[in-house]
Amino acid sequence: MRANCWHGKKRVRVEEVPDPQILNPRDAIVRITSTAICGSDLHLYNGFIPTMKSGDILGHEFMGEVVEKGSGVDNLNVGDRVVVPFPIACGHCSQCERELYSLCENSNPNAWMAEKMYGYSPCGIFGYSHMLGGYAGGQAEYARVPFADVGPLKVPDGLTDDQVLFLSDIFPTGYMAAEVCNIQPGDVIAVWGCGPVGQFAIKSAYLLGAERVIAIDRFDYRLQMARDRAGAETLNYEEVNVLEALKEMTGGRGPDSCIDAVGMEGHGPGLAYAYDRVKQAMMMETDRPIALREAIFACRSGGTVSVAGVYGGLIDKFPIGTIVNRSLTIKSGQTHVHRYMRPLLERIEKGEIDPSFVITHRLRLQDAAEGFSIFNDKQDECMKVVMTP
Amino acid sequence: MEHDDETNHGNQLSTTLAWFSIALGATELAAPRVMRRLTGLPESTEPMLRALGAREIAHGISILVRPDSPVPVWSRVAGDAIDLAVLFSALGSGESDRGRVSGAIAAVAGVTALDVICATRFGANGSEGADEPPDWTRRGVRVEEVTTINRPIAEVYAFWRRFENFPSFMRHLESVQQLSGTISRWRAKGPAGMSVEWEAEMLEAREHEWIAWRSLEGSDVPNSGSVRFQRAPGARGTEVRVQLQYRPPAGALGKGIAWLFGEEPSQQIHEDLHRAKQLLETGEIPLSDGPGLWRPAQPAADPREIKELAGVQL
Repeated sequence: MRANCWHGKKRVRVEEVPDPQILNPRDAIVRITSTAICGSDLHLYNGFIPTMKSGDILGHEFMGEVVEKGSGVDNLNVGDRVVVPFPIACGHCSQCERELYSLCENSNPNAWMAEKMYGYSPCGIFGYSHMLGGYAGGQAEYARVPFADVGPLKVPDGLTDDQVLFLSDIFPTGYMAAEVCNIQPGDVIAVWGCGPVGQFAIKSAYLLGAERVIAIDRFDYRLQMARDRAGAETLNYEEVNVLEALKEMTGGRGPDSCIDAVGMEGHGPGLAYAYDRVKQAMMMETDRPIALREAIFACRSGGTVSVAGVYGGLIDKFPIGTIVNRSLTIKSGQTHVHRYMRPLLERIEKGEIDPSFVITHRLRLQDAAEGFSIFNDKQDECMKVVMTP
Repeated sequence: MEHDDETNHGNQLSTTLAWFSIALGATELAAPRVMRRLTGLPESTEPMLRALGAREIAHGISILVRPDSPVPVWSRVAGDAIDLAVLFSALGSGESDRGRVSGAIAAVAGVTALDVICATRFGANGSEGADEPPDWTRRGVRVEEVTTINRPIAEVYAFWRRFENFPSFMRHLESVQQLSGTISRWRAKGPAGMSVEWEAEMLEAREHEWIAWRSLEGSDVPNSGSVRFQRAPGARGTEVRVQLQYRPPAGALGKGIAWLFGEEPSQQIHEDLHRAKQLLETGEIPLSDGPGLWRPAQPAADPREIKELAGVQL
């Protein structure tokens, strides 16, 4: 089959690789019909995530048709149309029983590598480094889905791939980012980053009852989508002082909750950005927490800072004093996608949201390298790339 | 693993050295050119610097994984000797910057001195006391590992009570054969492709509490140990504690070889316990397309390749 393989910093290419086969009884093989490039794939593309190996198949946002299943998969049939959640979860460990699926204790066969990095291991993830399982990803014609009796969600015929594909990651990710803010009537939510996850965080904050949502970015086309499609008020951080603007807009209180939908490759004006850029280049910190620091500083005393953006390792100049002295709550985690797929599918069916509004580019899988390049450099007002094999 | 406060205190220096190893190794691996220029070495040494970097990271991780063992620290001393040899040979090369190479030699010599101090401290400060040799030379390898399995204690105990189950989750075990009620024959993969065998006697099996065994006279790998079972609080399943000691087949040399290839005994048992947990909780041991960093995360043309790398009998 053809699959998009990683070959080092800014080097991906579609290659012929062997077809996947059932390895475990609870595996299924899915013929992929739609697959997307995630913002977090760009961290792999830019070489910031350790334990990648040349030839690794990328991709963790995909859906398709079940073409084969192992003897342990009872709830799916060959021919079922399914969306696959990006975290792999066994459904039986204590974490899965608590619906903390991205903390599954059994789905990472390379857990020992993650333990070295993080203390304990999170779940395995499709196409996202060996430390997180070494699983072949879904930017391919076929994928092997472990624990297929737990993860894949059957999709009703009436909905298109575009409408349900993002249940695999970014819609639940934006939703969980807003949900952990425990939004109360009258709350103002600020969202850093207007990429796809930021857009879904804005939409979700409104679905969960936010009074106002203020979105921050530097690209006009992204701010425009946040205004026109997601309904946010917007700030361009290259034009205004974000901290002062947020204070002014919230009557001097600060936003009740702040969502970081940027992650480890943040940008910002001024010296702090240059400082982090240099430290990251010298490998003295792995992540640039520019948005996170600002979100913490901006948040109302007693408020919640929700970290949805991906951070991989270590950061520097973390304002712990602000968190302690102003009673801030930090919430984070890889998304427990399984928990959200069904309720969010219902919202899509009811017409409360159509997630396809973020799609700006459609390519063939063959052109994955071009897709990565366009998305990474934000050429051609790129927001989200969806590929078909 | 358990180690007392005194050992912890003595290990601060080794932990610092471990992180130093990892940072230095990462720089050598990622930016060999920068390292080469800093140390004044000729351009032809870049691939070697990468190799030394990988070794340096391995040393650092080994020290962090086994803070109570002097073996990784002594291996750092051996690594220092290699570095010094490289630098001294570069001094004689016309392509080198002799001033910088001399500076690098001074720096490495300083680190070597620290490593030696650290390694010898284990003898003086180890939990065994100054008069006795440290534990690892007297009794061979000793390992303690623990995991929690989200299954009832009766089920977990029954699984462990059948030694024939062990090769399904212990990577190095080839077979276990029950010879009588208490005697069983074990066959395992030893270092460097050797196969080792022993017969074991079950000393005691207290239902839902513990199992203890000891190898019989004439074993290739003299060993003993116990597995204890305890109900985890708040319906969290069963805590399983494994404690075992063994003398490696070729003595210290065999252990040295196993260690060199990254097969740390405590790490092995830790991973074996994780596989037991996977098997009991999910009914299978999920296989990675890219186990470790041995192969890229893409399907294998022949799935047997992946099963072999996983090393357990499925």
